[in-house]
Amino acid sequence: MPEPTPSQTVGPFFEFGLLDRQQNLLAGDGVAGAVTIAGLVLDGEQQPVPDAMVEVWQADAAGQHPPGFGWGRAGTAPDGEYVLHTVKPGPTAGGAPHLSLLVFARGLLKPVLTRMYFPDESAANAADPVLASLSDDERSTLVATPSPSGLRFDIRLQGDRETVFFVV
Amino acid sequence: MSALRRVPDGDPPYLYPAYRSTVLRAPSRPLVMLPDRIADTTGPAFGDDRPDAGDADLTGQHAGEPLGQRIVVSGRLLDGDGRPIRSALVEIWQANAAGRYVHRVDQHPAPLDPNFTGAGRCLTDDDGRYRFVTIRPGAYPWQNHPNAWRPAHIHFSVFGRAFTDRLVTQMYFPGDPLFADDPIFQSVRDPAARERLVSALDWETTTPEWALGYRFDIVVGSRSATPMED
Repeated sequence: MPEPTPSQTVGPFFEFGLLDRQQNLLAGDGVAGAVTIAGLVLDGEQQPVPDAMVEVWQADAAGQHPPGFGWGRAGTAPDGEYVLHTVKPGPTAGGAPHLSLLVFARGLLKPVLTRMYFPDESAANAADPVLASLSDDERSTLVATPSPSGLRFDIRLQGDRETVFFVV
Repeated sequence: MSALRRVPDGDPPYLYPAYRSTVLRAPSRPLVMLPDRIADTTGPAFGDDRPDAGDADLTGQHAGEPLGQRIVVSGRLLDGDGRPIRSALVEIWQANAAGRYVHRVDQHPAPLDPNFTGAGRCLTDDDGRYRFVTIRPGAYPWQNHPNAWRPAHIHFSVFGRAFTDRLVTQMYFPGDPLFADDPIFQSVRDPAARERLVSALDWETTTPEWALGYRFDIVVGSRSATPMED
């Protein structure tokens, strides 16, 4: 059997290779349930990470994975902020609506995997088996907060309020 | 029993202090294991967003030919069972022959090449094969430690069957004397796994009077379980 190829960091210079076209628009404003999700990627000193890339994988509003929908990516701006335009996914088998997110950056020798849950889904979140396995503090790192433009979801790579990351 | 079996992947740790940027960016808490039945088994398909054929020839994206040694870089994208992954997006980016990236942050005082950007993409074929024509990138200095130089490499980004099979890695060239002092290459602690990052000179794709060929096969994702006997 072939052995897996190891991961290496995306490095600092990927923008011209991976972000030269708009890929953060999963759904436009006109689509029912459209939501803009923005957040900071922060390092262990709570400084913004200006050279990260966030990739999303999610179900559509019906909880399905139709061909051509569900994946996107966004780079962070000099202030560390990424922006995704998408729709809230429908419930999927055994879980509350969520986005799966991978974060790549210089200094990450392999990506980190996390999940973003929705703040207006208290009942579904309470029943979600992944959230239920976490402490209150841990759980709070995975639930977005309402913001004037939609939802805010900061990703803290390190520190007191470090985001919960999953085994990839 | 789980349908998929994780195998030691040879991946580097998050925290590898010799690579200084990991110190403030590596997660410090233990990762949480998702139950197998919940982990993502789906992933994006790119069949409808087919790159142009020209996107795989990095020497043909400008008015003239880039400076440097022309090479053909090809290989197969395979899953953990050795099966080809078809129609998967492969993206590459690299420095030019002088070791300079087309990026505003790259301050290395080596010349940019007006005939070379250094980015390419293609989809794998039915055998999982990809193929790029490019030039051999130069080594370049970085600020990690005194007199630090990265061995020549091409960055690869590939998609597997599931979103979590996603792999970003770097392809190196055989026999590079900079390997021993490069903390990014050395962050892969298993010597056998490190070798899987090194391409091989390939006579099959070396084209007479035109270009050397390098082969780099990429393996992503879990392996199907074999029944365990107690």
